[in-house]
Amino acid sequence: MAFDALHLARAQFAFTMSFHFIFPAFSIGLASYLAVLEGLWLKTSNTLYLDLFRYWVKIFAVVFGMGVVSGIVMSYQFGTNWSAYSNRAGPIIGPLMAYEVLTAFFLEAGFLGVMLFGMTKVGKGLHFFATCMVAFGTLVSATWIISVNSWMQTPAGFAVAANGQFVPADSWWPIIFSASFPYRLVHTVIAAYLTTALTVGGVGAWHLLKDKADPYARKMFSMAMWMAALVAPVQILAGDQHGLNTLEHQPIKVLAMEGDFDPSPDGAPLVLFGFPNERDATVHDRIAIPHVGSLILRHDAHAPLAGLTDYPRERWPPVPVVFWSFRIMVGLGLLMLSLGLWSLLARARKRLYDWRLLHRAALLMSPAGYIAVVAGWVTTEVGRQPYTVYGELLTADSLSPLAAPAIATSLVVFALVYFTVFGIGAGYIVRMMARLPTPQELEPPHIPQHAAGITPASAVDHMVPPAGVP
Amino acid sequence: MSFDLTTVWVLIIAFAILAYVVMDGFDLGIGILFPTLPVGPERDHAMNAIAPVWDGNETWLVLGGGGLLAAFPLAYSIILPATYPPMIAMLLGLLFRGVAFEFRWRDPAHRPYWDAAFTLGSFVAAFSQGITLGAILQGIKVVNGAYAGGWLDWLSPFTVLTGVSLVLGYALLGSTWLIWKTAGSGQAHARRLAMRLAIGTVAAMAAVSIATPYLHYDYWRRWFSMPNVLFTAQVPLLVIITAAIFVWGLRRGAERLPFLMTLALFLLNFIGLGISMFPYLVPRAVTIWDAAAPPASQKFMLVGVAVIMPVIIAYTGWAYWVFRGKADTHGYH
Repeated sequence: MAFDALHLARAQFAFTMSFHFIFPAFSIGLASYLAVLEGLWLKTSNTLYLDLFRYWVKIFAVVFGMGVVSGIVMSYQFGTNWSAYSNRAGPIIGPLMAYEVLTAFFLEAGFLGVMLFGMTKVGKGLHFFATCMVAFGTLVSATWIISVNSWMQTPAGFAVAANGQFVPADSWWPIIFSASFPYRLVHTVIAAYLTTALTVGGVGAWHLLKDKADPYARKMFSMAMWMAALVAPVQILAGDQHGLNTLEHQPIKVLAMEGDFDPSPDGAPLVLFGFPNERDATVHDRIAIPHVGSLILRHDAHAPLAGLTDYPRERWPPVPVVFWSFRIMVGLGLLMLSLGLWSLLARARKRLYDWRLLHRAALLMSPAGYIAVVAGWVTTEVGRQPYTVYGELLTADSLSPLAAPAIATSLVVFALVYFTVFGIGAGYIVRMMARLPTPQELEPPHIPQHAAGITPASAVDHMVPPAGVP
Repeated sequence: MSFDLTTVWVLIIAFAILAYVVMDGFDLGIGILFPTLPVGPERDHAMNAIAPVWDGNETWLVLGGGGLLAAFPLAYSIILPATYPPMIAMLLGLLFRGVAFEFRWRDPAHRPYWDAAFTLGSFVAAFSQGITLGAILQGIKVVNGAYAGGWLDWLSPFTVLTGVSLVLGYALLGSTWLIWKTAGSGQAHARRLAMRLAIGTVAAMAAVSIATPYLHYDYWRRWFSMPNVLFTAQVPLLVIITAAIFVWGLRRGAERLPFLMTLALFLLNFIGLGISMFPYLVPRAVTIWDAAAPPASQKFMLVGVAVIMPVIIAYTGWAYWVFRGKADTHGYH
């Protein structure tokens, strides 16, 4: 059971998708951060901001490239592993994904090259415009792909054709702007911003631990902590709204997240901890606060809430996975909020740059965003099970007609290649982060840049001669 | 209306695939030929000859795949599972090739490893693409609108032949691109390679062309029945003429003609493929009209393609124009 074609295909998709997601989660936030840094430099003429811009833009180049490489795989995974789904949902999701790809190309062809290599070639204003367009482009790309995902979660605006395909009913608007789309988009984009803030803050903290007087480390850390302090509460609010929306459209998912097997006619408790067991339909060793669950989900302590047992078992998602991934995400979110509040306290006490424990905590928290993003994605995607298109198309009916050994082999090869390639990439990025920005920080090296579309002329004029190293 | 729209989409996707094959073909070809180049300036010149354009070339692959999903979801959902292993191998090959290309510069301490990964990735991607093409041509078992074969059906002597053919063809593209874009010893080396590869490529093309009509009677009828043969016979005739011009140009020391003639060979192959396949996307099982997404989907996406594709083409053209000179150790002149 555990190793049939369906589970292997799901494992493979989850694996390749999780790897892919990590890169845009960073590059979406980083692109906006770069636009802010360049904007501040233009406004204040303080070269500190320019040095920071050049420092982070080099990291951005590598991260963006990895995102594109892993994304190309995704655009074919739908067909290789989920061909039945691709055929039936293709008329709806195909054009939306095509728009994502076209937007990304547009961005690559037009602006990324200028942003990376053009600072000395075009005027400051034009360069800033290119940076803003790159940031905007990452957001547009995210909008399209979140639209696809939201339609799968809360499908709308479709009809089912005679051949079983989902086709647009009349207008694209209800398809693109499905019920969960605005909530999901806001929650995801803020997650990307928080992830970036924690990474930038972690790098700042790392260097503050080595030299608390360094102006670059101070600036990075301060900016990142402002972001964490301001955005973490907003994110919790956005998550709450997203949860209410999910309760309305996918109540079973929320009940699995909460671990509510039994209905609660007089208000649901908030389960903090426990071990959900689907067979017994109970949460073992449960620690719960009475009525708080209803207070959060219905904004009324005594509002009744259904339980999973009100629904047929074959419509339950894998409850323990959703229960735990949700707790990991929320737990990390609360830690992020705490870090932000701690930084405000440190600021008030004028100890932001010499409170070593705070710096250690920030360093420890630097990967928290990636874990939270993947955990959140697992919550929403596993919570959508047993469907690919919620309520309409079962995952089991979405699978390609493939033999298990074929998927098992490719899964092993994917794992080997991804850990090697992205392991080296991540190691390279960490080495870049280990170095402090310097005054007159250099421009990005003029080397072939993956995903910069066509490396612009300005780059190759100065291409680093690949000296005769064997 | 839906006929027109569907035909437009076939043309768009055919264009994207052809654009991919000829543009990424020479990148992959240089990757395949890389071990034959001596370490040092010749390798660096070869790398610099593709550095400015290689990534943009891959764009077309994503556009072709994404377009197929959106405009012909049924064909996408049959072809990809039917060619699962070569498809996955191609993706991983391209991933390896891409990262190796970039990190060759970023991480010069491990350059020999990156170069080896570059070659391996290029070879695997090219061979897999050739196999995939052969697998589609030899026929895919379809029952009730879904792939109904096993996971190794794609493997046959014919698909191995098409795989080898495409590797040779890409290597030929790569060598003739080097003739155009480099000078000196690298160019001389590329010339020697090009002659051998041209012989190999034309022989492989002939073998595939001879084998194809035997795959199925339908192919035979398309090529050899009257009056079709009056038209189809032009294709092998043009291949012979193109090959003759190629040899003449190479002997005469022409720098661009060999590459342009290789492009012509690929174009003729593509036309031949069209003759064999049209109007099927999956031979003898799914026509373009069977596979077409509803007009609402094709129309919606056409708007975006109509706006953005010209931009991509213009930008690509501009980049090739900028880098029209010879490449050397320091990039382009």
